[in-house]
Amino acid sequence: MEPAPPRNGQNGQAAPPPRIAVRNLDMAFGGFVVQRDVSFTVRRGEIFVIMGDSGCGKSTMLKHMIGLIRPARGDVLYDGESFWGGSAGGDGTDHRMAISRRFGVLFQSGALWSSMTLAENVALPMTLYTDLDAREVAEMVALKLALVGLRGFEEYYPSEISGGMRKRAGLARAMALDPDILFLDEPSAGLDPLSSRRLDDLILELRDNLGSTVVIVTHELASIFAIADDAVFLDAESRTAIAHGNPRDLIDHAESPKVREFLHRGEMAATPV
Amino acid sequence: MTVPVRLEWIDGRTLEFRCSGDWSVRHGMPSVAEVAAGLAGDPAPGRVTVQARELGRWDSSLVAYVAAVEELCRSRAIPFDKGDLPPGVRRLVDLALAVPERAGTRRAGGPKPLLVLVGEGALRSWSGFQDTLSFLGEATLSFLRLLAGRARFRRSDLMLTVQECGAQALGIAFIISLLVGLILAFVGAVQLRTFGAEIYVANLVTVAMTREMAAIMTAIVLAGRTGAAFAAQLGTMQANEEIDALTTLGVSPIDFLVLPRMLALMLMMPLLYLYSAFAGTLGGFLVGTGMLDLTATTYLTQTQASFSFTDFFVGWGKSVLFGALVAIAGCMRGIQSGRSAAAVGNAATSAVVTALVYIIISDAILAVLLNIVGL
Repeated sequence: MEPAPPRNGQNGQAAPPPRIAVRNLDMAFGGFVVQRDVSFTVRRGEIFVIMGDSGCGKSTMLKHMIGLIRPARGDVLYDGESFWGGSAGGDGTDHRMAISRRFGVLFQSGALWSSMTLAENVALPMTLYTDLDAREVAEMVALKLALVGLRGFEEYYPSEISGGMRKRAGLARAMALDPDILFLDEPSAGLDPLSSRRLDDLILELRDNLGSTVVIVTHELASIFAIADDAVFLDAESRTAIAHGNPRDLIDHAESPKVREFLHRGEMAATPV
Repeated sequence: MTVPVRLEWIDGRTLEFRCSGDWSVRHGMPSVAEVAAGLAGDPAPGRVTVQARELGRWDSSLVAYVAAVEELCRSRAIPFDKGDLPPGVRRLVDLALAVPERAGTRRAGGPKPLLVLVGEGALRSWSGFQDTLSFLGEATLSFLRLLAGRARFRRSDLMLTVQECGAQALGIAFIISLLVGLILAFVGAVQLRTFGAEIYVANLVTVAMTREMAAIMTAIVLAGRTGAAFAAQLGTMQANEEIDALTTLGVSPIDFLVLPRMLALMLMMPLLYLYSAFAGTLGGFLVGTGMLDLTATTYLTQTQASFSFTDFFVGWGKSVLFGALVAIAGCMRGIQSGRSAAAVGNAATSAVVTALVYIIISDAILAVLLNIVGL
């Protein structure tokens, strides 16, 4: 059953539910528990970072949130609507597909469709879900590729460009439909510092101008401090979330010394020697 | 060469192990069993130290040994002092032991008991059977969506697959079928000649090719050529998260990837069957006219007389079925593939084996059923 939306105490008006609410999520493969009892919320228009040490299950968390892996327990709510438990019939695949059409996802490897050119990759979501004609689609594709610095690469195949370019093209595809929620799995990994900075600026622009909510899996501390509004820290050892808050607060005030150490190391590394 | 390590008790409570000489991974490492025995002895030491005044050259073997000893001491809550070990050894040991082992990550090594292996095998088989049923169900639903005009895939993908499994397979289908026709005719001729019944070679080749061999040989060729390619393509897409990307876009991977491949094979197999039946008949014709001294007119007249539309439609229908089976085996193994290079290789191999098994089993079932209905 869905929980009742919270109310503003004074006038009793219903407050909008958070864009995303992860509730008591257990992630497990067979008997191996990756993370247990993870809960957090992501507000509309927020840039939310899922961080943690290597192997803690950050990308796995993302896959649970976008519907690729069913949680062992718990649920994810989008605007108060249950993602995993809210099917009227069947196994809920259609229900989840309907919700997931509001997502744009950048996968860790880029995951471009290898048999299509970059233009075809970015165009596919538009041809499936919009009424744009061929000329309009081509113009939109050119814009999206230009935004990620890939102007002129429309007719290249993924195998013909570098790993960093593939990742940027994957971001262009994720942005194709101006999604409500953008999920980015390690977007800066494999990018040079300038491209990484440019990507951070682009994410901020998308949030500010299109109102997208952005969920990022990363451990790039420079990016975390530059753009994150809120974050959750997943711990590989205790296998649960051990901190939740703005990274700029967590760096000195997180209860867990591990989180402070994680965030401080980045600050030291970012300081010019 | 044995590396010199000596254990000595000093002041009655401290166990000191003395490292001396050169330590090299090329010359072997001492066992920590002696230290373990010393720690477990009675009385147990209150402290363990290292003395390394006579230590020569060292490498990772010394670091591994000291780390193992320190872990032993930690497990027994005995204070460990690295003594006068070189700073490099101390730092590397500290680094090796800095991150503790995560609880629950270690897997049990060694051979598994027979019952466990049997149980795991049975569970795998059951899981595989469920996956197959699930895939067949999804493929059927996808076909229904196609009929309802709701299946989404790119027409260009369908055309490309049609080209790959149709026109580009003509050469190999022709050679294989021609040779099968030649072999059938040759083997038949050797036997039939003893009865003076060479003319019936034409009957043998015509009936065998139209009813069975054209469909079977084409299916086998496509299982090896196209089924394996389907599995490798889809398996690689699985490994590269391309299928995940489709799913999160709200597109069914079965509609987008499997349906065009199944359609292409089911459309092309009947055409390849016609081509293959012709090539096999040509092979029989070459043996009949070249080896058996039959005239071309005689051979063709006998071929025409032995041709039956029943045989033709049985073979033609089989080709459609076999096309679907090859596509299902290839796509299923590809979609179910793991996310590594080895898994993609296994998927391709498994696709061919699965397709061959499906073809032979379904042909056997059809043989019995057609016999029952008198066809």
